[in-house]
Amino acid sequence: MLGFVIQRFLQAVLVMVAMSVIVFAGVHAVGNPVDIVIPPDATQDIREEAIRRLGLDRPLWEQYLIFAGNLLEGDFGRSFVYNVPVLELIAGRLPATLELVLISVISATILGVALGVYAGYRPEGWLARTIMAVSVLGFSVPSFWVGLILILTFAVSLGWLPAGGRGETVEILGVPWSFVTLDGLAHIVLPAVNLALFKLAMMIRLARAGTREIMLTDTIKFARAAGIPEGTILRRHLLKLISIPIITVFGLELGSTLAFAVVTETIFSWPGVGKLIIDSIAVLDRPVMVAYLILVAFLFVSINFVIDLLFALIDPRIRARRTA
Amino acid sequence: MTPVLEVADLRTHFLTRAGVVKAVDGVSFALGRGEILGLVGESGSGKTVTGFSLIGLVDPPGRIVGGSIRLEGRELVGLSQPELRRIRGREIAMIFQDPIATLNPLLTIGQQMEMALRAHQRVSPRAAAARSAQLLEQVGIPSAAERLRAYPHQFSGGMRQRVAIAIALLHQPRVIIADEPTTALDVSIQAQILHRMRALARETGTAMVWISHDLAVVSSLASRLLVMYAGRLVEEGPTAEVLRHPRHPYTAGLIASLPAMAPPGAPLRQIPGSTPSLMSLPPGCPFRPRCARASAACAQMPPLARAGARAWACHRPEEA
Repeated sequence: MLGFVIQRFLQAVLVMVAMSVIVFAGVHAVGNPVDIVIPPDATQDIREEAIRRLGLDRPLWEQYLIFAGNLLEGDFGRSFVYNVPVLELIAGRLPATLELVLISVISATILGVALGVYAGYRPEGWLARTIMAVSVLGFSVPSFWVGLILILTFAVSLGWLPAGGRGETVEILGVPWSFVTLDGLAHIVLPAVNLALFKLAMMIRLARAGTREIMLTDTIKFARAAGIPEGTILRRHLLKLISIPIITVFGLELGSTLAFAVVTETIFSWPGVGKLIIDSIAVLDRPVMVAYLILVAFLFVSINFVIDLLFALIDPRIRARRTA
Repeated sequence: MTPVLEVADLRTHFLTRAGVVKAVDGVSFALGRGEILGLVGESGSGKTVTGFSLIGLVDPPGRIVGGSIRLEGRELVGLSQPELRRIRGREIAMIFQDPIATLNPLLTIGQQMEMALRAHQRVSPRAAAARSAQLLEQVGIPSAAERLRAYPHQFSGGMRQRVAIAIALLHQPRVIIADEPTTALDVSIQAQILHRMRALARETGTAMVWISHDLAVVSSLASRLLVMYAGRLVEEGPTAEVLRHPRHPYTAGLIASLPAMAPPGAPLRQIPGSTPSLMSLPPGCPFRPRCARASAACAQMPPLARAGARAWACHRPEEA
């Protein structure tokens, strides 16, 4: 198992190096920030001075080496636009995204698995049919539209919940969080529901398909033949047997939602990293874009690593294969 | 001797969209205490559905539409699932064909045995482990206490089947239904398990319904044979007598097609044709189209004729 961990760690390092090159080159190809950062009426001298100061006069490979060198010292560079360290900028926005995404993905998973297992366990019942109909809606209705409807219904018409912003926050370990105050929670509800809907639908489908398949196997029949109560069969046999695909999708969804909750964050003016990256792309703020994309890659690599460890924890056969 | 299990006119049908499949259609038999009864037939003869009917686990759209199953006098047909659950595993247990598929690969043997124990009694983890280890030793698994921490993939097929048997024996049930439990195993392992099962039945007084398509396996184990064809019993009797003098042409065909019955080098005998679709059984004897002895009388369904311990459902039985 230790060998496996080391191997995966080396793989992760390789992936990160490759990602940083691709991101750096890709962002370079998108456009020249000088055209946007420097006022069009600036003189040629000011222009060249700015280019030199930003280091954009050097060849690309040299720019990359400087960037990579700084990166190893924990320096992601300074934003062209805000003129503050990029890390500070992202760290200031990350908690907002983190709490929103964690709340929505985790509740979507718990609720989705519960509903999906039920729908797979009693597929003929009217409740199961209703659940499946709702999940089709969750899949097919575009997220931005749902967001607008949620605001229209609960914020504008009913006036129950706020339409945007983070609300009251409390600092824990120097980081502001919304979920610890009632007002903050009220602000989270609508964007979290908006983000969760698609994931809920997917988890329902996944859990239902797994349940239907597993309930027909001899493992379940044998457990029933031994007189084990249905509740125990569902909790101890079924949930474990369907958990591998669910954890896989959970990880992927967690990563991609953390990285790209842009639409929801924009609709609910949630001050998260999604909005930051969109704004940065609009003004070609290269250091922010590069640092952000590398962080995203790092996020995916770490999540996948944790998921691999979870697999080994759940399935002894995977454990055996890895020690072999 | 009062029978521990009495089945009368059991009928289990599958109500599918395409029509009614009469998988079990009027099966009756009695099982004595500690007796091993062989239930033989080809695939699709209804023997497995009979087994699942006894334990109340017929998958929808199948259900028991008639008849009675009495376990020590108590009627099981019509009981609710929670009532049946309290009987399953404690009074009737079942062993399945494929030991690879029956155990949960993600739980240790000990966890699975503890779960089966807890289904019917309150036990401490320590007591559960002790009882489980004792059972594993009984079915012939060495260093049982350590093996409780092992996962199914660390066992061979034969060892897994022993674990399944140990789980079935946990509560010392009156009846074990064994659905081809040795079919998926090597011949030498098969023999070990058969031997072990016979010894266990004798020691614990557990009666067994041994379901198999393999007449050779069953005849080495069972004291009595039931032969099923197309959802019905076609022959019943003490194993030795049935093998020596089968009365039903189908039984005779099964015996004749055993490899051991053919002279070396000679081609194996076989029964012509195949099992009929249970959806569209012709009226009369279902074996008629494949039967060399069929006559006009066979257009009528033959009743089960009894003579002493023997019974057969045939208008023109083989000579006694």
